[in-house]
Amino acid sequence: MTEAPLLEVAGLSVDFATRRGVVRAVRDVDLSLRAGECLAVVGESGSGKSVTARALLGLAGTGARVRARTLSFEGRDLRRLSGREWRRLRGRRIGYVLQDALTSLDPLRRVGHEVAEALEVHGLADRDDLDDQVIGLLAEAGVPDPDVRFLQYPHELSGGLRQRALIASAIAARPSLLVADEPTTALDVTVQAQVLDLLRARVRAGTAVLLISHDLAVVARLADQVSVIYAGLVVERGPADALLRAPAHPYTADLLAAVPAVDGPARELPLVRTGPPAAGGCPYAPRCALADDRCRAEPPPPVPYGPGREVRCFHADRERPVPASGAAAAPPRVKDHAVVSVRGVTKRYRSPGGSWRTAVDDVSFDLRAGEALGLVGESGSGKSTTARIVLAEIAPDAGTVLLDGEAWSVPRERDRRARRSRIQLVDQDPLSSFDPRFTVERVVGEAVPGRMSRRLRRDRVAGLLAEVGLDDALLDRRPAQLSGGQRQRVALARALAPRPEVIVCDEPVSALDVTVQAQILALLARLRREAGVALLFISHDLGVVRQVCDRVAVMKDGALVETGDVADVFRAPRAAYTAELLAAVPRIDVGWTTERAAPAMNLEGLP
Amino acid sequence: MAPLAIRLARRLALTLFVLWGAATLAFAGMRLVPGDPARIIAGGVQANATPEVLDAIRDQYGLREPVGVQYVLFLGRLLRADLGGSYQLGRPVSSVIGEQLGSTLSLATGAAVLGFCLAVALALLTAGRPRARAISRVLEFCSISTPNFWIGILLLAAFSFRLRWFPVLGDEGAAALVLPCAALALPIAGVLAQVTREGLERALDQPFALTARSRGATENRIRARHALRHAALPVLTLSGWVLGELLAGTVVVETVFARQGLGHVVVAAVRGRDFPVVTGVVVLSALTFSLINIGLDLLYGLVDPRVREAAA
Amino acid sequence: MTAPASYGPAALPRLRVGAAQAGVALAAAFFALVCLAALAPGLFAHGPDQVNPALALRDPMPGHPLGTDQLGRDVLARLVFGARPSLLVGVGSTLLAGLAGSAWGLLAALGGRLVGEAAMRLADVLLSFPAILMALLVVAVLGPGTRNAVLAITVALAPGFARVVRAQALVVRGSAYVRAAVNLGLTPGRILLRHIAPNVVAPLLILATINVGTALIAGASLCFLGLGPQPPAPEWGAMLAQARDYLDASWTLALFPGAAITLTVMSATVVGRALQARYEGREAG
Repeated sequence: MTEAPLLEVAGLSVDFATRRGVVRAVRDVDLSLRAGECLAVVGESGSGKSVTARALLGLAGTGARVRARTLSFEGRDLRRLSGREWRRLRGRRIGYVLQDALTSLDPLRRVGHEVAEALEVHGLADRDDLDDQVIGLLAEAGVPDPDVRFLQYPHELSGGLRQRALIASAIAARPSLLVADEPTTALDVTVQAQVLDLLRARVRAGTAVLLISHDLAVVARLADQVSVIYAGLVVERGPADALLRAPAHPYTADLLAAVPAVDGPARELPLVRTGPPAAGGCPYAPRCALADDRCRAEPPPPVPYGPGREVRCFHADRERPVPASGAAAAPPRVKDHAVVSVRGVTKRYRSPGGSWRTAVDDVSFDLRAGEALGLVGESGSGKSTTARIVLAEIAPDAGTVLLDGEAWSVPRERDRRARRSRIQLVDQDPLSSFDPRFTVERVVGEAVPGRMSRRLRRDRVAGLLAEVGLDDALLDRRPAQLSGGQRQRVALARALAPRPEVIVCDEPVSALDVTVQAQILALLARLRREAGVALLFISHDLGVVRQVCDRVAVMKDGALVETGDVADVFRAPRAAYTAELLAAVPRIDVGWTTERAAPAMNLEGLP
Repeated sequence: MAPLAIRLARRLALTLFVLWGAATLAFAGMRLVPGDPARIIAGGVQANATPEVLDAIRDQYGLREPVGVQYVLFLGRLLRADLGGSYQLGRPVSSVIGEQLGSTLSLATGAAVLGFCLAVALALLTAGRPRARAISRVLEFCSISTPNFWIGILLLAAFSFRLRWFPVLGDEGAAALVLPCAALALPIAGVLAQVTREGLERALDQPFALTARSRGATENRIRARHALRHAALPVLTLSGWVLGELLAGTVVVETVFARQGLGHVVVAAVRGRDFPVVTGVVVLSALTFSLINIGLDLLYGLVDPRVREAAA
Repeated sequence: MTAPASYGPAALPRLRVGAAQAGVALAAAFFALVCLAALAPGLFAHGPDQVNPALALRDPMPGHPLGTDQLGRDVLARLVFGARPSLLVGVGSTLLAGLAGSAWGLLAALGGRLVGEAAMRLADVLLSFPAILMALLVVAVLGPGTRNAVLAITVALAPGFARVVRAQALVVRGSAYVRAAVNLGLTPGRILLRHIAPNVVAPLLILATINVGTALIAGASLCFLGLGPQPPAPEWGAMLAQARDYLDASWTLALFPGAAITLTVMSATVVGRALQARYEGREAG
């Protein structure tokens, strides 16, 4: 490791001129990265982390004004580079990896061409050997059968392989810095672990990696240094394990508290406040439990806080009050009788090639009244299909579903219609489940059963909104104008309106920031207690399931692998697959220094 | 069987069905016409033809048979590519069409090439450049809103009558093609330019364009190697409609420039209720259109590999 | 066949809000003027058929602000009286095609497999050759004239509408909010009325407005070929056809009818586009 930092950034700011005025996406960011080191920039959506990453490549976008006191890479001042000089740098000295290789790789070009592009652009391509070079790069990135894969198109590769190919294309010209913007989002947890290991290997080989992520657990697994960014400001930075173990800034602490842990007992999730950042003073003041008048008046400057650490807070040393949680959690009342019974349900689909794919394979389980059952699995495990069958959206090819002991998966909708109100759905994307012409009042009002005057219905809706923590000022707004968290609350209000016995939640928090996610999960827990409603909770996120559910059912390739009490299953899994899943989940308190290699995971051979 | 072959077979089956439908429609149209076809053949309703002459005509054209039999005979002839004889001109329809086809084809092809080239050039030049794009969009809007025959007339007035650069009448040589092709191509170039440019701009905004930039590629390289291919997709989708408009436009433009071609044949046939000719042109254009659409479909599969697997 | 809505006489440059609003207002005013001329031509001019050979083919002059045609008739009067047949063929056929196409498309989408397939195959056949040829076929059967021209263009445009309506209806039927309505236990009839129909019809109305331009041009083309209103009835396309024969003598004769068509198409499209922006903006909040 060299002494001088490879990348030195001080006072970086990026402004955008929009129709509504100047938007300061990045206000004052300091970063420092050495070769062979991984620095993670952590923040939620809108924090400015992606803009920062793009600014380091000169790709902040048209209409962006990038200024900095220092912006140097390998000793060069990047502030006054011409277009041509930037292009010489990109790909050759600095590489860039985006999330979701399906859209980040050109879907109309072969994988090999994409990997070779950096070589061609920088004149490193050897006419005769180009194919071999590409195959070698793909092999380095752990893609099996690279001689076949490089002729394929991105959609023919699985998600993990695509991401590896994308990484291969970014390191093709051997850059000394790799900027990775959410490189593992949208990947299954087992695949995510492998991609992180790949990045880890690059770091050990001497490449510096700048990791942008919202996922603290991923950061814990990969990063040496961490910078936490909020509203365009770095509010805290320092070595990863020290910072994650003992955060100095209230925002970092709140972030850490909001991450649902896979291990350990179900904590009562803290009541985190959300809201827009303040324009003057400390931007976190509106959400901070420690904020006082000084915080609101002047923005805190960065001050040292222990070895190699810095924090922007006037109260970093203060003992932080334990985040207020709701009233002492009464255990949810779980009754004995099963409100939903799934018996031997099977569903097959015909794939374009003509063969049959079994999406759900002889699945049976019970959902008791008042209980929260989690259905976990990776993509393709059949959990979503099972949920749709339970909702009677899809008819199973074999087996039955009973609702309150009566046949539910009967072929005729007419026989079900009257009972539909007993089981409701909250989806991952609530906006598409709202009629685009309806206001919030109409959306929720439609679900309120019975005939009544418009005024009475409006009052009922206002009551429901209050139950989910929304102000009745939102009654006349359109859902498209609301934030993600607000929309999900509206969806919950609508689901609760007919007083159902079961709510099926299909990845309800996957698209939300972690702090908003914590709020919604706390809301779900409270509603469950108060209304006694059962939850069928589908998720790929084991931590969320751990915090919300009483029991869990693990699915793989359409079949149920294991069922049981969530604490038991997660502590001592009986099925090998469950153990694999648990091992692959990145945890916050385990850093890379204690390499916990997941069993049976190796870089070759697995998609 | 390869999914491509299945798709092709399905499309061909659909084409046959479409042809059958078009022919049936034309035949039904024939039967619906008020008046006696024998009289029309004899030279129009006013013609004084003796009953014997009319009978002879009826025998010659098979007009005595019941409708069902006529229909079957009609289909049978079509299968043998026999389009029958023109009522007005007394010649086989196929020869009537054959004579005029070349002129129409050269006009349509010329306009297609001109239109596409103009559109692609305009799109490439103006994509991502706000001011140029604004001007271009105004021009495109104007050209799309203007009827092609009016453009033709104005061009005629300006370049043929006033400036005498191009011949006023006739189809001799390439010079006579310039103005008609321009009139036909301009509105179409307007639509295509818009679609191409929107496709380009959308592609340049996608994540893969950002990835390509991060590798150090120049904007031109990204435009040429990445964006153009993506922009081709909506253009291909639209090309079927565009070529249809082109074929339709030849009818009017040929009238404006007094050119020989299928256009004026069709118009004369419509005015004179000359059904075999109308049928012939209808079936022929249905066939051409269907074949073009199949070709475009295959081309689309060539450009977008994601479509290839699905057996349509 | 109608051009897909976002193409064709379509996207306008994004002007500053004030300028754009002024432009839309201007377009709406012009289109209203044309409609008024179609309804009550006598308000604006008279004597479209007054033949006056001594004043044939004159340039604009006092008494004849737009000049005279080859029979000495006042061009302005003929333009004003020609608005009605032109608009009838353009707007009338769009309305009819929209209605027929919607019913057809809804039937195809919601009417069950057999009916749906049959309806769509019929549309495929009708769309298998260009609109003008379809219109020509209809005129060949029915003969020339204004009413038949309207019918012809309607038949030519209806399958295109049907296809678009069917696609939209399928999208709406498969959407998450319709599924949510099913989850609430609403009957199919109520879902159709409350969710499907409004979400299909509203975009269609706007599509129709934008396609008035296409219909106007198609209608003018038919009339240009002499298959619309027969002489001496004034109509813009027919006037252009006559002007073509006298091009060496007076080129301004060809200018005004063509400009009338073009400006009407433009104004209809601008208004349609503005409506669309407003509708989409409302949805997106």
